Amino acid sequence: MIKGVIKLGYIGKSVIRKDAFEKVTGEAKYTNDYQEMGTLHAKMMISPLAHANIVSMDFSEAWKIPGVKAILGNEPYPLVGEEIKDRSPIAYKRVRYHGEPVAVVVAETPMIAKRGVDAIKVSYEPLPVVNSPRDGLQKDAPLIHENLESYEKQEGVYPNPNTNIANLNKIRKGNIEKGFMESDVVAEFSVSFHPSDHAAMETRGTIAEIRPDGTIIFTASTQAPFAIKKIMKWYFGIEPGKVIVNTPFVGGAYGGKASVQLEIIAYLASKAVGGKPVKLVNTREEDIITSSVHIGLDATVKLGATKDGMLKFAEIQFLFDGGAYSDKAVDISRAGAVDCTGPYQIDNIWCNSFCIYTNHPYAGAYRGYSHSEVLFAFERTMDVLAEKLSMDPLELRYKNAIRPGNTTPTQVLLNSSKVGNLHQCIKRLKVLMNWDEGQIIAMDDRKIRAKGACCVWKTSTFDTDASSGVILTFNSDGSINLMSGVVEIGTGTKTVLAQILAERMKMDINNIHVKMLVDTQTTPEHWKTVGSRGTFMAGRAVLKAADDAIRQLKDRAACILRVPVKDLEVGYGKVYFVDSPQINVDIKDLAYGYKFPNGHTIGGQIIASGTYTLTRLTYLDPETGKGNPGPEWTVAAQGIEVELDTRDYTYKILKAYSVIDIGKVVNEKAALGQVMGAMSMGIAFGGREEFVFDEFGRVLNPQLRTYRPLRYGEHPEYIIDFVETPHLAAPYGARGVGEHGLLGMPAALGNCLSAALGVQLNHLPLIPEQIWRMSGGGKNAAV
Amino acid sequence: MSSDPILSLLFLVNSEEKTVTVRPADTLLYILRVRLGLTGSKPGCLNGDCGACTVLVDGTPMKSCLMLAVEGEGKQITTIEGLVNTPIQKAFIEKFAFQCGYCTSGFLMNCHALVNIEPNASDEKIKDWLESNICRCTGYKEIEEAVKSVLNTAEGKH
Repeated sequence: MIKGVIKLGYIGKSVIRKDAFEKVTGEAKYTNDYQEMGTLHAKMMISPLAHANIVSMDFSEAWKIPGVKAILGNEPYPLVGEEIKDRSPIAYKRVRYHGEPVAVVVAETPMIAKRGVDAIKVSYEPLPVVNSPRDGLQKDAPLIHENLESYEKQEGVYPNPNTNIANLNKIRKGNIEKGFMESDVVAEFSVSFHPSDHAAMETRGTIAEIRPDGTIIFTASTQAPFAIKKIMKWYFGIEPGKVIVNTPFVGGAYGGKASVQLEIIAYLASKAVGGKPVKLVNTREEDIITSSVHIGLDATVKLGATKDGMLKFAEIQFLFDGGAYSDKAVDISRAGAVDCTGPYQIDNIWCNSFCIYTNHPYAGAYRGYSHSEVLFAFERTMDVLAEKLSMDPLELRYKNAIRPGNTTPTQVLLNSSKVGNLHQCIKRLKVLMNWDEGQIIAMDDRKIRAKGACCVWKTSTFDTDASSGVILTFNSDGSINLMSGVVEIGTGTKTVLAQILAERMKMDINNIHVKMLVDTQTTPEHWKTVGSRGTFMAGRAVLKAADDAIRQLKDRAACILRVPVKDLEVGYGKVYFVDSPQINVDIKDLAYGYKFPNGHTIGGQIIASGTYTLTRLTYLDPETGKGNPGPEWTVAAQGIEVELDTRDYTYKILKAYSVIDIGKVVNEKAALGQVMGAMSMGIAFGGREEFVFDEFGRVLNPQLRTYRPLRYGEHPEYIIDFVETPHLAAPYGARGVGEHGLLGMPAALGNCLSAALGVQLNHLPLIPEQIWRMSGGGKNAAV
Repeated sequence: MSSDPILSLLFLVNSEEKTVTVRPADTLLYILRVRLGLTGSKPGCLNGDCGACTVLVDGTPMKSCLMLAVEGEGKQITTIEGLVNTPIQKAFIEKFAFQCGYCTSGFLMNCHALVNIEPNASDEKIKDWLESNICRCTGYKEIEEAVKSVLNTAEGKH
C-alpha cells in the first residue's frame, strides 16, 4: 500500500546534482565572491629569483601611499610546514624559489595594495641554484636548508641533515638478490619530468579575520578546512576551538588546495591590522608558481623476469622534486613508496623513495598523489621489459596482475574486498581497444595509428585516525538536512551522499537538503576532501547517521502506534507497522515532536549523527615500509590510441580508454564525469604540461597561454567501462574513483608513442619537439 | 601620485539600467562583480586566457576582463545572472556539463551566444567558439553533448 508511492532505487542512477541549479545560474558562491564592506585587501610581492639572499628591503615609499594599512616582511615569523617546519610564511633574509612571497601589503583596495607592492624596493644577492633533484644530490650541490637538523618535524619523516634530502622512505620486501638470480631478463629504465601545475580555474584565495575574543575566522578555498584548525595549533599554538573555517564551493582543487599557505599569510596580515578582515587572492601567475605545485620526478626502475614473463624483482629509486620546501612533498614521496610498483605480484621489491629539496616551487598534493608519476616510471619500464621478452605488453601485465592472496609492496595481504579484479579489467580493455589487431597500423607513408596500454592501482595514505562525520536534522515537513564536512570541490560527492541517504531512508531524494557550505563550527569533521575517499568515509557516516535517525523515529512511533520497535519500518515518509502498513505515522508529524490532540507532545526535533574512522591502518616500518597504509586498492587498465605523423612527430589522441574496477557505480554520469575529467588531466600532464625552467630555476611559463591545459576540441573520444567488485567495507561496495582515470594516461601515452616510433621515450611531457629530440633529432644541429 | 578621476556611467546590465561610478582603469569584470555584485562572472586569469569571465556585449561573447568598464557604457550587457531557464542551462544540468562550476558561467554565456548566432554550427565552428574557455574538471565531452543538444544540428533532438 505504501510502497511504490515514491520511485526508489537511487544507487546507480544519474541523479541530478544537488548543486546544479546554483552552478548554472551563477549563484554558486566561491571564496572570492564574498565581499563585505570594510574588508581590506592583501597583495603579495613575490621573488623574481629562485635562490638568493635578501640583502635589503625598503618599505618607505610604499608606506607613503594613502590607503596602505600594513606591510609585512623582513621579520622572522614562526616557521611552518605540514611535515617539516622549514618555511617562513613570508620569506626572511633568503628566498628559495621563484615566486616565493617576500612581502605583503595590506590596503583599502586591491589596487592600492598593488601600488604598495610596486613601491617596495628589495635588493637580492643571487645564489647558485639546484635545478633538478639529481643536481640536488651532487656532492657540491648548494645546500638549500642548512638548518635541516634543527627543524621541528612530524613522526615518520626522515630528513638527512647537511644534504638536500628532505625525506627517504624505504621498501624492503623479500630478497632482491634472490629475485635477480631467478631472473632471465632484466630491464632498466629511467624517466624524468619537471614539476607542473594543477591549474584549477578558481585561483586560491582566503579571507581572514580575528574577532575581539580572539576567534580566528577564515573563509577559504581549501580542501582541508578542518586541517587548518589543527595546523593553526601546530604553527601558532592556537586552540582549535578558537578557529572557524568557512569553505564555500571550491572552483577545482585536484590536490592543490590541500596545502595551507594563503590562510597563514592572511592570518598574519589580519593580525597586523588589528584583526580586520583581510582578503588575499592569488593572481593566476601566483597560483601557478607561488602556491603549491604538482611534483616532478626523476626515477629509475629495474625489473627482472623469467623468460616466460613472470616478474621476479623490482629495484626502484625515486628522486621526487619536492621543491624549496617540504610541505606535503615528503608525504607524497612516502605514498610513492607505498605503491612503488604497478599492480603486480612481485615477491622481491627494493625501493628508495627520496624527496629532494630543489630551488623549484614547492610541491603539494596532485590528483593521484604520486601514483601517475610513479606509474609512468614503472609502466614504461614494463613495456621495455615486454620488448626484451618479445612478449605482448598486455600479456605480460595479465600474467603478473595482482590478485587476492598476493601482497603489496608494504606487505598487505589482499583479498577480493581490498583489491579489485585487474584481470577482468585487462580482458575488457583488450576487447574495447581491439588490441589483437596489433599495436601499430600504418595509414600511409607518413601517418600511423598506434596503441599503448598500462595498468594502475591506488590506495590512499591517510592519517591512521582520519574520520568523517555526518549530522542529519529533520524539518517539520519530514525533509532532512544533510551536513557533512566533505568540501564540494566539483566531484559531486554530496549528491552521492544524498543518494545513499535516500536509499537507506527509503525516501524521495528531493526531500534531502544538502548543505554545501562547510563551517567547521557547525559542520562535522571530514578529515580532508582528498584521495578519492569522500564516498567511502562520509558515505559510511551517512549510513550510521541514517540508522540513528531510523532508531529515533521508531522509538517515537512505537510509543504513538503502540507497536514494538522491532515491528516497525521506516520508509516512504512514514513509520509503519510491518504487519499492517495502514497503521503508520507520518515522519513529518514525528520530526519536531509528536503532538497529541490535547497538546501533549513527545520529543523535539530529531537530530541524528554518525561518524566513520578508517580502520586498522598502521604506520609504516621505517626500515622495510611494512604496514597497512589504506583501506583498499582500486585497479584499472587504461589505454590510448593516437594518430602520429612520423615526419614531424605531431599526433592526435583519437581515443582514450579506462576500464576501472569501481566496486559499485553509485551515480553513473557523475562517475563517468570524474573518470573523463581525470583522463583529460592525465593526457595534458603526459602530453603537454610542465614548468619550463631557465638555467636560474625561474619558471618561464606561469600563464595559461604558455602553460596550456587541454581545451575544447582537443579532447579524445573517451571509452570507459566499469567492473564491479565490491569493497565490502564501503557503502554499496563503492571504491574510490576520483583520481584513477588520470593515473595511467601519461604511461599509456608514453607506451603508445614509444611503440609507434620504436624509441623508448623517457621524458614528459610528450610534445613533438621532445619526441623528436628523444628520437635522436637535433643531435648535430646547432639549434 | 594623483588620485584617479571617478566617472559616473549608465550601464544596461541584464536589461536593467544601472548607474555606476567607475575609474577609467576599471575592467568591466571588476565593476560587474564589485560594484554590481554580479559575481557569477569569474576571474580566472585576468588576461583573456581562460574565458571564465565571459559575458555578452550586445549579444556577442566578450571576456569581461579584457574590456574596460567605460567601453561598456550604453551597450547591452548580459551576464550569467541574466540567463533564466535557457535551453543551454537545462542541457548543462542534464548532461553533467559542469563539476566545480567555476568555468560554467563563462562556458554558458559563450554557448548561449553560439546557439543564437550560429544555430547550425558545425563541429569546427563549435571548436572555434569554445576553445576560448578552459574547463579543468570535465573532459569536455559533457560540454560537447550539452551544446550539441541545443543546436539545430542536434542528433536526436526533440
